[in-house]
Amino acid sequence: MSGALFLAWAHIWHHRWRSLILVLAIALIVVVPVTVSRVVDAAEADLSARAEATPLLIGARGSRLDLVMSALYFGEDQPDPLPYQASEDVWDSGLAIAIPLYQRFYAEGAPIIGTSLDYFDLRGLRIADGRGLTVLGDAVLGAAVAAERGLSVGDHILSTPENLFDIAGSYPLRMPVVGVLAPTGTPDDAAIFVDVKTTWVMAGIGHGHEDVEGGASAGILQYAEITPQNIDSFHFHGDVGSYPITAIIAEPWDQRSSTILKGRYLDTSGPAQIVDPEEVMSGLIETVFAIKDVLDWVVRIVGGAAALAVVLALHLTFRLRAREMQTAFRLGAGRFATLQLLLAEALLLGGAAVMLAGAVIWISQPYLSGDAVQLLTR
Amino acid sequence: MTDRAMIEVTGLALRRGESFALAIEHLSIPAGERVAVVGPSGAGKTTLLNILSGILNPDAGHVRIGETAVTTLSDRQRRMFRARNIGFVFQDFELVEYLSARENILYPYRLTDALSITRDVRDRAEALAASVGLEGKLRRKPANLSQGEKQRVAICRALLPRPKLILADEATGNLDPANKDLILDILFEQAQAAGATLLAVTHDHALLPRFDRVINFDDFAAVPA
Repeated sequence: MSGALFLAWAHIWHHRWRSLILVLAIALIVVVPVTVSRVVDAAEADLSARAEATPLLIGARGSRLDLVMSALYFGEDQPDPLPYQASEDVWDSGLAIAIPLYQRFYAEGAPIIGTSLDYFDLRGLRIADGRGLTVLGDAVLGAAVAAERGLSVGDHILSTPENLFDIAGSYPLRMPVVGVLAPTGTPDDAAIFVDVKTTWVMAGIGHGHEDVEGGASAGILQYAEITPQNIDSFHFHGDVGSYPITAIIAEPWDQRSSTILKGRYLDTSGPAQIVDPEEVMSGLIETVFAIKDVLDWVVRIVGGAAALAVVLALHLTFRLRAREMQTAFRLGAGRFATLQLLLAEALLLGGAAVMLAGAVIWISQPYLSGDAVQLLTR
Repeated sequence: MTDRAMIEVTGLALRRGESFALAIEHLSIPAGERVAVVGPSGAGKTTLLNILSGILNPDAGHVRIGETAVTTLSDRQRRMFRARNIGFVFQDFELVEYLSARENILYPYRLTDALSITRDVRDRAEALAASVGLEGKLRRKPANLSQGEKQRVAICRALLPRPKLILADEATGNLDPANKDLILDILFEQAQAAGATLLAVTHDHALLPRFDRVINFDDFAAVPA
């Protein structure tokens, strides 16, 4: 067999580009179905885990899925805002801890999540560097935001203006990075956390009486900043209860509290709805798996066709080598030896393809796990 | 040259349908003799080489090569016998395009358990290549060798296992006149050095005087040169 392997390797090396294409084609036949399957499995695990860790969600009436995806994964599609009073009402009911979420603004391309300190407790988020949110204007970065943008404690980030040409609108807010979270492998890694009041400042609801940096003339970067010198001048106009939030995470004290709380949102004519994220996610997962079933068939058919093409290519290669095989036979090789030669080549090509596929799957595994949900829900 | 027959053929018959593809009542070739086989296309010259080497088994008759009754061997035994005792030189060289000249010479050793590559075999391959003027060209692949060089590689491949019998099927057919003489010189020298019997099919009658003996398939009579 060593002679056959030597000859097979020599043949493969002589036709290295052709062999490489063959190896890539075979690897692709392996990688695609395995990757699809892993993405779906990782997405299911990710979706389920995040949903299970979120007891109940309250938001404006509308798509239940949009509400869940927005509150759990900080997606770009936001549900209609809800008055902050809804969060106060949950607290006042004594049935659950209410954690407000307000997602509207971005900084450095990452979503800014306005919330309360209870969010960190609920998600088990740990400060890896610096400190947590203390004063208005503080920002705590998710691990990926800090790593990918090279930001650390002491740096500043600037919220992205919603409308560059609206000079009468709210100014971007320059915020000090006071802490960086430890990585969690969840969407929290890719978010920037601030106090919900800070997001209201960004929205122009709260403001201080300070001089705008550089004045309001075009061509000069304009932003607001909350500093120890001006923090006392920051204030909010109107009724706080009317300020916007996008969702409330409600963490009931017990099953009874949960049931009562759910009952309070049964009126479909009311402005708010309550959803169980786990229930909504299981519906999404069922849909994903239904799509996966179809995709599996497509992959099987395409994979089968590709495998047939590879077999045909190998067959044609071996037919082209019929004369070489005839010579080998005349020089004393048996029929089995020529078969060995062909098998050795198929083995080397197939082995290389499987190893390549394995390496691709192994290398892509962490990325696929992390991005699986985004891949499926984007 | 000795008087002991290296090839002994008696009552040989190979049928193709209703007619005989080859029928030889008796043929005897002494060891070390250089024999040319001539005749028109389709007369059975290559068939004879295939029967002598055990590639084909005749319908009737006996073939003995040296001390071995080839026609009594099993398929596997005939292959082993062929690998160890028969050296083939072909008209189209039949070199393996993806192997270097060195690896082409060692090619039969990669194909069969009857032969194994040792240090000695490698050294002999180098020496053999040097003796036919291939030094410095052993790393080249066939595409980078001239026709004459390719045939020299093929001759080295045939001779490396130290065969008793060399079968050359139109070995000079694809060469220019200068190379024909040169390759025949090399073939004769190497066969003599190895003490091997040479049986060469050829259509080139100008080369016949150089052989010890000519077998003419026209009338199938052994004609002394």
